[in-house]
Amino acid sequence: MLWDALLLQLGYNATLVTIGACFLGIAAGVTGTFLFLRKRALVSDAISHATLPGVALAFIVMVSFGGDGRNLIGLLLGSAVSAWIGLLCVSWLTRYTRLAEDAAIGAVLSVFFGFGIVLLTVIQSMSSGRAAGLEGFLLGSTAGMLWSDAMVILVGGAATLALVLMFRRPMGMVAFDPEFAAANGLNVARIDLMIMGLAMAVTVVGLKIVGLILIVAMLIIPPVTARFWTERTDRVSLIAGAVGGLSGYLGASLSAAAPNVPTGPIIVLVSFAFFALALFFAPNRGVLAAVLRHLKFQRRVHMRQGLLALAQGQPIYEKLTLRLLTRAGLARADGVVTETGRARAAKALWDEKRWEIVRADQAFEGAAALYDGLRELETILTADQLTEIDARIAPPTGVPS
Amino acid sequence: MSGEEFVPLSLTPLLIGVFAAIACALPGNFLVLRKQALIGDAISHVVLPGIVVAFLITGTVATWPMMFGAAGAAIVAVALIEAIRRLGRIEPGAAMGVAFTSMFAAGVLLLEQSDTSTVHLDVEHALYGNLESLIWLDAMGWESLWDPVALAGLPPELIRMALTLVAVTAFVWLFWRPLKISTFDEGFARTMGMRTNLLGLALVVVAAIAAVAAFDAVGSIIVIAMFICPPAAARLMTNRLEMQIVWSVVFAIAAAVLGYFVAGFGPLWLGFGNAVSAAGMIATMSGMILALTAIFGPCRKRLGAPAV
Repeated sequence: MLWDALLLQLGYNATLVTIGACFLGIAAGVTGTFLFLRKRALVSDAISHATLPGVALAFIVMVSFGGDGRNLIGLLLGSAVSAWIGLLCVSWLTRYTRLAEDAAIGAVLSVFFGFGIVLLTVIQSMSSGRAAGLEGFLLGSTAGMLWSDAMVILVGGAATLALVLMFRRPMGMVAFDPEFAAANGLNVARIDLMIMGLAMAVTVVGLKIVGLILIVAMLIIPPVTARFWTERTDRVSLIAGAVGGLSGYLGASLSAAAPNVPTGPIIVLVSFAFFALALFFAPNRGVLAAVLRHLKFQRRVHMRQGLLALAQGQPIYEKLTLRLLTRAGLARADGVVTETGRARAAKALWDEKRWEIVRADQAFEGAAALYDGLRELETILTADQLTEIDARIAPPTGVPS
Repeated sequence: MSGEEFVPLSLTPLLIGVFAAIACALPGNFLVLRKQALIGDAISHVVLPGIVVAFLITGTVATWPMMFGAAGAAIVAVALIEAIRRLGRIEPGAAMGVAFTSMFAAGVLLLEQSDTSTVHLDVEHALYGNLESLIWLDAMGWESLWDPVALAGLPPELIRMALTLVAVTAFVWLFWRPLKISTFDEGFARTMGMRTNLLGLALVVVAAIAAVAAFDAVGSIIVIAMFICPPAAARLMTNRLEMQIVWSVVFAIAAAVLGYFVAGFGPLWLGFGNAVSAAGMIATMSGMILALTAIFGPCRKRLGAPAV
């Protein structure tokens, strides 16, 4: 069953939904990257909640003009207009009043959403029965998807993706360094608005599949996931697109294969699974990598301290240090130093003395700044400099009799 | 409108709405000032998985298990946000977005998977609440307020909401000085020996309690709106925290009362048959108040901001 769904063999409708979700996921992931890098991920929350009154108003307008009221293009246009108004409200509140952006986002999302609910109850009372389906925009519903709806989503997703790809360089520049972008002649405010506008486009296109409450997740989770794997913008957006597309595809397939599994939530949960995977196993930024890095550091510190203790003939009681030294063949289990151990310990003590001179001499200021008690001097200074330092370490002179 | 009609049908929903609005607005003041306003948004989203899990464990739609489930979910969410923020070094907004959307999605999925057709538990109810249905059937008129038999029939939501309001007020009153100092100057508060981390967590927990109690009665829209809109509007009215609290309470009451009556009677005045959602209208009214203060409020500009 699941294989059939994954290979798009589960009927016409399921195939449409799966492909649509995949496109949407890619577009959302790539767009969300710029939102996330600009540190304004939650603006998408305001945008998505602000779509509701537009959907309801569009429905009312279409019905009062004698139309069907459920024409997807009309509803999406309405949602785009009200989301745009919500967006302008957020930027107006942050710009011209003292309110911080988070308060503006929260105010806009709750008020617009509340007004949307009021309009939904108006619709329920004005034409009972015909309103069925508008609630589907809250959590997404793919059950009764038509070919034309799927085409709207496909084309919308593809167009958004194309726009993002076209403007990725200015948007990346603004996301990282607005001042630099402004100095380069870019209109930062306009590009900011464009990032938001693209996020809005994704939201509007995704309303039907994922619903307005969960579309936020598709804009936030893939970029956050991608950020774990790489430090480069273009790769973040690439990986975010891949994660988004993959979770859209897998989620829609799962929802088609199993009964009672709504599409939106399962897509979000699949992308959360990718996120959890990245959180724990990503190289460099993942939790596992951090733990390994910490353990490695701990071993180096113990090794170093152990060698210095050996050099000064002190006994070693600390278990981890002793184990590390024995394993490296520098000491025996009872703490007695071996021949190699004696040599390494002498080197450690020698290095310590060299560091002392480096840190005392203004001429080596640059090198001294790198002192952390573990670093090998050979990796910082040239052989000539080392010889010069070694010359200053006084050799043992006459032994008093 | 006579007492016979008003007391049983409108008094209790109105009071519940007002209590919920104040209980959310009080901690909301500090959340807005600490730039944590969206914590309220996150909490009200994760309440859904909390009550679904509580329902799955107990198998009933009883109040207390659900309250515990919701409060537990709120704490799990806060812990998850902190974990993502610290472990992954992700900025707080994005960490919040990851955590609450995922938990909300899990809640919706659990709800759809479990057999809840026999009980009154659905996403729409969680969002809108059902303020209009919290009527006091035993009341006959104003005199019922002194009638112990009729008072026994008060909706339990009213008593819960009142208790929550008392608890929230007590928290703000007892911890007034530490809250104020740590909100404005956390470093100074720490040098004075205050446990600012604990205090911040306590504030979030109190907000969560208010959110859960209010959510049970009026749905999550009011909760988010009341956490943010009245305090934000009050912020634009004054530069003093004491006055800001007073203004926010005034705005919360105004939004609740206006919203309730406009929702209940506005459509009738306009000639439509049915009332509209009171929860939605209360949120809308709070937005109107915020819009008015943003345009006319005496302290709406940033201090030192250039004239635009």
